[in-house]
Amino acid sequence: MNNQENHPPASGVAGSGNKASAYRTRRRPGKGAFMAAHGQPMVWLSGGMLAVCVAMIIGLIAFVVIKGMATFWPGPVVRYVTVTGDIVSGEVTRGGHYEPREQLIDDLPMEVRAATMDLLTRNEGISERMLVRTGNFELDNEHFRWISDFEITGKGFPEWALVLERMTWGRFYGEPQSFRIDGETVAEGAEAAWAQFETYHGEVRKRWQARRDLESKELGRINHAQEKARLTVRQVELEARETMAAHGIDSGAYRQAVEALERQREIFDEENRALEARYAEIRDEIAALNRENDRYEMKLVTFDGREKTMGLAEVVRAYPANQLGIFSKAKIYVDRWLEFLWDAPREANSEGGVFPAIFGTVVMTLIMVVFVVPFGVLAALYLREYAKAGTLVSIIRIAVNNLAGVPSIVYGVFGLGFFCYIVGGSIDSLFFSAKLPSPTFGTGGILWASLTLALLTLPVVIVATEEALAAVPSSMREGSYAAGASKWQTIKRIVLPRAMPGILTGMILAMARGAGEVAPLMLVGAVKLAPELPIDGIFPFIHLERSFMHLGFHIYDLGFQSQNSEAAIPMVFTTTLLLITIIAVLNIGAILLRSRLRAKFIVNTV
Amino acid sequence: MDRQEDISTIMTNGKGNPNPLFRAQSTDGRLQAIAEGKWFAPVVDQSIEKEEIVLAVKEFNLWYGDDQALFDISLKVPRGKVTAIIGPSGCGKSTLLRSVNRLNDLVDIVRTKGDMTLYGDSIYNKGVDVIELRKRMGMVAQKPNPFPMSIYENVIYPLRIDGINDRRILDEVCEKTLKGAALWDEVKDRLQKSALGLSGGQQQRLCVARAIASEPEILLMDEPCSALDPVATAKIEDLIYQLREDYTILIVTHNMQQAARVSDYTAFMYLGQLVEYGRTASIFKKPQLQETEDYISGRFG
Repeated sequence: MNNQENHPPASGVAGSGNKASAYRTRRRPGKGAFMAAHGQPMVWLSGGMLAVCVAMIIGLIAFVVIKGMATFWPGPVVRYVTVTGDIVSGEVTRGGHYEPREQLIDDLPMEVRAATMDLLTRNEGISERMLVRTGNFELDNEHFRWISDFEITGKGFPEWALVLERMTWGRFYGEPQSFRIDGETVAEGAEAAWAQFETYHGEVRKRWQARRDLESKELGRINHAQEKARLTVRQVELEARETMAAHGIDSGAYRQAVEALERQREIFDEENRALEARYAEIRDEIAALNRENDRYEMKLVTFDGREKTMGLAEVVRAYPANQLGIFSKAKIYVDRWLEFLWDAPREANSEGGVFPAIFGTVVMTLIMVVFVVPFGVLAALYLREYAKAGTLVSIIRIAVNNLAGVPSIVYGVFGLGFFCYIVGGSIDSLFFSAKLPSPTFGTGGILWASLTLALLTLPVVIVATEEALAAVPSSMREGSYAAGASKWQTIKRIVLPRAMPGILTGMILAMARGAGEVAPLMLVGAVKLAPELPIDGIFPFIHLERSFMHLGFHIYDLGFQSQNSEAAIPMVFTTTLLLITIIAVLNIGAILLRSRLRAKFIVNTV
Repeated sequence: MDRQEDISTIMTNGKGNPNPLFRAQSTDGRLQAIAEGKWFAPVVDQSIEKEEIVLAVKEFNLWYGDDQALFDISLKVPRGKVTAIIGPSGCGKSTLLRSVNRLNDLVDIVRTKGDMTLYGDSIYNKGVDVIELRKRMGMVAQKPNPFPMSIYENVIYPLRIDGINDRRILDEVCEKTLKGAALWDEVKDRLQKSALGLSGGQQQRLCVARAIASEPEILLMDEPCSALDPVATAKIEDLIYQLREDYTILIVTHNMQQAARVSDYTAFMYLGQLVEYGRTASIFKKPQLQETEDYISGRFG
């Protein structure tokens, strides 16, 4: 047999004489094909697309980090004198170009108008302006003021300019004048007054903190106890009413119920008296702390000469902005960050901390994971391991995948309608009837929010788990069956451990999706301000019915619902930075867990 | 191809069936005839009847969907001996082996007819507890398939399955079994390390250890050396040689030298039919069928 004839190199078209040359002619690429032949355009295209993606990711993170990190850095206090003789002082927050309206120039005094017009003409009608945080809201009714370059005639950095962050009314800018204890001036002049302030402010704030703890913890506890006692009475009352309806008003059962009610009322009165007494005690304590704090006052004068006396307890933080070195600034910066991370918000969320929101976000995400992972893994197990492949299974799989594409607000609506109203309403009427009509579980709460998000992220977990299960080599399953293991033993001992990294990947994806979701939460329990955390020291310690704060919702609230929006905008970036960080931390934790498992089950192919 | 035969003498009922209308006496062209769907009675060495039989395959047929993979196989596996099944790729030898412990049940489309018995107990009867059945057998797969757990847990896996958690027993079995699989010296210092860190040959010996940990009545080996290098192969073959004293072994191999080296009995299969079965020595020296000789001497396959 002639092997060459049987297997021609490319085709059987050419005759045997010029076979080789025909072959070469056919294979020579055209000029235009040269680039494609080397594959260069696709390298550039795909590489370029990757570069764009990387640039976008880095850009996003860099933008949030830079904006977010800058918020708390203390700036100097500037004192501008305007052409009209106004004094504008405070911190410059940002600047920009703009085209001043003619009205504005007409309002200027005659002598500067010509010069301004001249300047504007030279700059083609464009002027620079700055946004100055002037604070002192109770005096000026504004927090911020725009000031244009041409308005400024003088600029200075007052040596004793103090920045005071206060509990209410926002910031105050001014110079210390004197310090008073019990109404008597003990220090006169800026330096002496500031020294006194520094001496006493720490202890005053400690007392204030103690007072706040008393209010939130002790009084809270008493309120809870009172509420509980009242509910017990109400419960007995309801039972009595039911007895009456069932047995009639003359029945013995009803008389017994009424007696029980009387007894309960007496118990309640007794408990209540004790609680009231304790309440009064605490009130006295608080009043004493307040009295002590009220003794200390600082008198300040604004840069335009108005006086203001301020109690020390009102002041959260104060610093002489124009005397700070880099270390003092860093100290204030760190201090503000700590307050941000560990304290509750104040001033309609635009100042203070976001601790309740951090706590709410993390707790909600963890509760969600606790629900979604077992549900998703078991569902995927059935789909992949037990269900016989067929049309029904395919339909279910498609349906599950499509669930991932449903807009999240739809889940929110479902959560509100089903979890809050139907499930929560039933729980209320069964177990918390004494509290009605005010709802316990029948309204938004952290449990319903977690369940809603669990539903939202269920497809992610199911899909990831199914893929992980499918990736377990069949040789391992067969090895296990051959050793006499049952199906469940094989799944438990071989399949699940081997699929665990993949399942955890699903968990990570679900967490990332769930922690960042905001829209459904607005319907099922995230609120602007939740004074009580979902986990605290009052029995039963975990209060799943409580509404909660969430960082994502907090960002929305700061950005769009804030009264003092200029002050809130920097906080939006800082909170965003924090949200990204928290999600990253949660994910990194899960990824570490996964890589530990991976190391345990190193995948090695022979 | 030089022996062009007259197949018209062989009559069958038509479509690849196990029930011939009459059985041809001529051995000429038997393989071609098999390829065309005819069935022959295998040539079996009668000396097998003198042995104590562990596993008996009785007229066993198997279909993947509509394709028949095994045709009326009857085979007896003697106790304490190594029985090898040889044959070209796709002849159904692995399918037959996996039918013994009913691993083929895991494939949805498989149907069977006929039966097998293990010490007289039916394997394919209705109501047989497959899990209990598999506990009486050990299996070593083609590719080493250690489980994603420690060496120790791998070896004692069958005992864990049985709910034995007594540390003393487990330790004892682990050591004894690993020694039996000639792996003890290599792994005794890292029993708690992942089994996936072992070399391919070590993994395969670990799988042998796992298969013999529960003292099986028969050890099934499905081309245990096909994924191994020559050195590891030699070790496994030594191991099989040692194990024959205590275990009944049924081994599938596509390596004829291996079959000649390790086995006492050899079965030659072709396209789902058993062609010849007898003592390894006679199969390899002077087989009764020309086809067997052709295959063994490498003239086809």
